[in-house]
Amino acid sequence: MDKAPTMDAPTMDRRAAVARLMELCGEALVVTGLGSPSYDVHAAGDRPENYYLWGAMGGAALVGLGLAQAQPERRVMVITGDGEQLMALGALATIAVARPSNLAVIVLDNEHFGETGMQGSHTGRGIDLSAIAAASGFAQASQLRTLAEVDALAASLAAPSPSAGPRLHVLKVHAENLPRSLPPRDAVFVKNRLRAHLGLGTS
Amino acid sequence: MTADPADWPRATYDALTAAKVRHMAYVPDAGHSALIRLFEADEGVVTNVLTTEEEGIAIACGAWLGGMRSVVLMQSSGVGNCINMLSLPVQARMPLLMLVTMRGEWGEFNPWQVPMGRATEAALTAIGVTVRRAETGADVVATVEQAATMAFDGDQQIAVLIGQRLLGKKKW
Repeated sequence: MDKAPTMDAPTMDRRAAVARLMELCGEALVVTGLGSPSYDVHAAGDRPENYYLWGAMGGAALVGLGLAQAQPERRVMVITGDGEQLMALGALATIAVARPSNLAVIVLDNEHFGETGMQGSHTGRGIDLSAIAAASGFAQASQLRTLAEVDALAASLAAPSPSAGPRLHVLKVHAENLPRSLPPRDAVFVKNRLRAHLGLGTS
Repeated sequence: MTADPADWPRATYDALTAAKVRHMAYVPDAGHSALIRLFEADEGVVTNVLTTEEEGIAIACGAWLGGMRSVVLMQSSGVGNCINMLSLPVQARMPLLMLVTMRGEWGEFNPWQVPMGRATEAALTAIGVTVRRAETGADVVATVEQAATMAFDGDQQIAVLIGQRLLGKKKW
């Protein structure tokens, strides 16, 4: 097996990709996986529709599932990393079975555990999260390598017509540690801000 | 409410419905089978079958963010899987209601169930979840009713442990 099948393939700037998603999907409720995806989404502009995770590794897509089920009229977008999603491969089965038409999981895949010293992750060693999602029954699953592809993805996510089911898109991004853009670490504050935005009680 | 004290799953379902729980996630257990059937037959309830128990903790938190009250059903052996994920509801002060059927503590034939059965309450307490135990059918219903109030009105994270003495020996 080729140990580095994607070594020479193009990758994109993660901040630029996330900024385009957030700009074009301005109405979406967004859950972010811990580490760089939380920083990327925060760097694109803090907003009450965001719920940033600072822990609970493996939980981002599933928090997104619960939110999508509770808010079926809203587009819910999970933005997480390859390491975070690899910790919850079973979540892809659970989401596929639940079949939420308003949930999109975006995996920012740098093929490394960027927060802990850039150790190589499984996605650089042959594991394809979009293929796993497709085999699990996601309505759409793809791998993107350019910002032009991200623009098309964002447009389809912003479209009012619902998908037939959940979507998972892997964005191959540069393996680099960018300056951190730190979202609030007060989980209660962020929770109450999102719930207030949705017209729900806060406490 | 049912008048039949043996039908505590039905009364528990009624109590959860009265508490406006409209969302449920589970890893199956024989002791939960009647409750799972009742929820799955209820078109007004969203149910999720899980591959591992911690998924249910994250899903329940997402549901709460979006305005739905959720309950998570599991067996005691699955509690250990949940520990790090429980940092989310504990840290975010999100309501969480777990119903845990116990193994490894009463007439248990499988010694592999004993260590996690012994560790269940201590593990939940250590991460910051409040634990209440119920040993009879009536006790389960009353405990779930008050736990739902504490969880959803008081922002607490609560596990109700349902004793194996009530559930009985696993039949082979």
